Amino acid sequence: MMRDVTLGQFFPGKSILHRLDPRMKIALLVAFIVLIFCTGNYFSLAFTAIIVALTVFFSGVPTKMYLKSVKTIIFIVIFTSVLNLLYGTGDVLWSWGFLKITTGGIRNAVFVTVRIISLILVSSSLTFTTSPTDLTDGLERILKPLGIFRIKVHEIAMMMTIALRFIPTLLEETDKIMQAQKARGADMESGGIVKRVKALIPVLVPLFVSAFRRAYDLATAMECRCYQGGSGRTRMKSLHLTAVDFKVLAFMIFVACSVILLNIFL
Amino acid sequence: MSVLEVQNLSFVYGAGTPFEKKAVDDVNFAVNKGEFIGIIGHTGSGKSTMVQMLNGLIKPTSGKVLLNGEDIFANPKEIRKVRFQVGMVFQYPEYQLFEETVYKDIAFGPTNMGISGDELDKRVRSAAMFTGLKEELLFKSPFDLSGGEKRRAAIAGVIAMDPEILILDEPTAGLDPMGRDVLLSQITEYHKVRNNTVLLVSHSMEDIARVADRVIVMNKSHLQMFDNTKNIFARGDELAKIGLRIPQITKIMSDINGDSGLFSQGILCVEQAASEIAEVLKRRGKL
Repeated sequence: MMRDVTLGQFFPGKSILHRLDPRMKIALLVAFIVLIFCTGNYFSLAFTAIIVALTVFFSGVPTKMYLKSVKTIIFIVIFTSVLNLLYGTGDVLWSWGFLKITTGGIRNAVFVTVRIISLILVSSSLTFTTSPTDLTDGLERILKPLGIFRIKVHEIAMMMTIALRFIPTLLEETDKIMQAQKARGADMESGGIVKRVKALIPVLVPLFVSAFRRAYDLATAMECRCYQGGSGRTRMKSLHLTAVDFKVLAFMIFVACSVILLNIFL
Repeated sequence: MSVLEVQNLSFVYGAGTPFEKKAVDDVNFAVNKGEFIGIIGHTGSGKSTMVQMLNGLIKPTSGKVLLNGEDIFANPKEIRKVRFQVGMVFQYPEYQLFEETVYKDIAFGPTNMGISGDELDKRVRSAAMFTGLKEELLFKSPFDLSGGEKRRAAIAGVIAMDPEILILDEPTAGLDPMGRDVLLSQITEYHKVRNNTVLLVSHSMEDIARVADRVIVMNKSHLQMFDNTKNIFARGDELAKIGLRIPQITKIMSDINGDSGLFSQGILCVEQAASEIAEVLKRRGKL
C-alpha cells in the first residue's frame, strides 16, 4: 500500500523536459500557472490546455502516471466545479428551488475544471521530470536573493533534499517494521479506531528510534566530510543554462503573448 | 508427511509498472518435520522474499504454500494463526523492539496469541533462556541493551510464540565471531530440544555446513539445488559459478583430494576432516 505514493516521483529520461535547467523549469512553471489563471475566454483557455497536453506528451513519462495524480484531486475538481455551476450569475437556464444553473455558472465551472486539472498536470510534469536533488538545487538558486534578509536558503534547501531523500527510506522501514510486528501476530487490519491507533505503537516506536539513529548517523557522516553549511561551498554540478533552455523560454514568451492576444481580440 | 510444502511459488514486485521484477520464480520444495534447512543464495536471489511468503506476510503472485497440507492463503481471516505456527525472525530484528521492558517485548507475540498468566511467564523465561538472555536484563528497557543482547531479545520474542516452524533470516549478521558461534549453538540447541523445523537463511557457508541437514540454493529467483548439505557442498564448482563459495575446510579437503579419492566428498567441518586424515594415515601405517 505504501508503494502507491506518487508524490514527487521522478522518472528518469532524456526528454526535452528532462534536459531543461531546473531553475528554468521552476520559473516557467510559476509563469505558466499565472498564465493559466489569466485566460479570459474559451479560446485562450483551450490554447493553454493544448500547451499542457503538449507538455504531458513531450515529457516522456507514461500518461498513466499523470492520470494517477489527477485522480487524487478529482474530488476537489468535482466539488468546486459543482459549486461554481450553482453559484454563477447571468441568464438562468435551469432552476429547481434555490438551485439555478446560469450561463455564467457553466462558464465558471468549465474554467475552474480546466484550470485545476492543468495546474496539476504541469506541476506533475515538473516533479516527474526533475530529480529531487535538481529540484532543491534549482529552488536554492532561485531563492538565493532572500539571503539578504538573513534567510538561510542553503540550509533550508539542504533540509528539503534530506527530507525528500528519506521519504522512500522511511516508507521502506515502516513496511519492514510492520512486517516484523505482523509476524509476531500484531493485528493492524481490524478493530475500532482506538484499537487501530494502539496497534500502531509497535510500529511508531521503532520507526522513531530508527529515524533518530539515522539522523545522528547522517549528521556524523556530514561532519566527517567537513560540511559547514552554505558559506563558501562550491558545487560539483553547477547549473548552466543551455540552448534548449532559451528555446523553451522563447516558446513560453510566444505562448504568453498568444494568450494575451487571444484575450484581447477574441 | 512434509510439514511445509511450496508449489510453483512465484512473486512479482511492482507488477504492471516499469519497475516490474520477478523476485521468486516457480519454486517447489517440501520440508519434513524436525528438519534443519539452510537457505543460501547470492544477494538479491529472492531468499528473503521467498521466506516472507512462507508465513503469509506477502501473498504470492501465483503458487501455493501448504502448511501441514493446507493452503495458508485459503482462509485470509486465519492468516494470523499461520504466523503463530510459522515464526519469522527478520534481518536485523533488533529494530522491531518497542516495549518498555525486554520482558514485555518478548511477551508481545504470545500475548497476541491470547496467552496470559503463568503460561506467559513460563514462555517468556524459557525463550530468554534459550537465547541466553540473563534474568536481570528482562526488566531493563530494550534500548539500553548492547547490540548482541538486543538481537537475542528480538529472537526470543519470536521463539516465545513456540512456532512449529522457525524461520531465521540471517540471524548472525553483524555480530562478532564469538557472538555468532554462541547464537548459532543456541539455535541448534533449541531445535534439538523442541524438535521443531528450522529454516535458516545465511551468507555464512561455515554456519550452514555446521547446522543444516539439507540446503536450498537460490539463484536468480530460481531454486537451483535442494539436497543434503554434504552433496551440496560437494558441488563447489557449480556453487562458484553462481557466486557462492563452499566452506574453507571443504575447499581445502577437496583440493588436497584432487582425483585421488582418498577422502570422501563434501567434508563439512574440521573435526570430520581431521578424522578422515587420521584414517588415511592409519591405513598407511604412519599413525
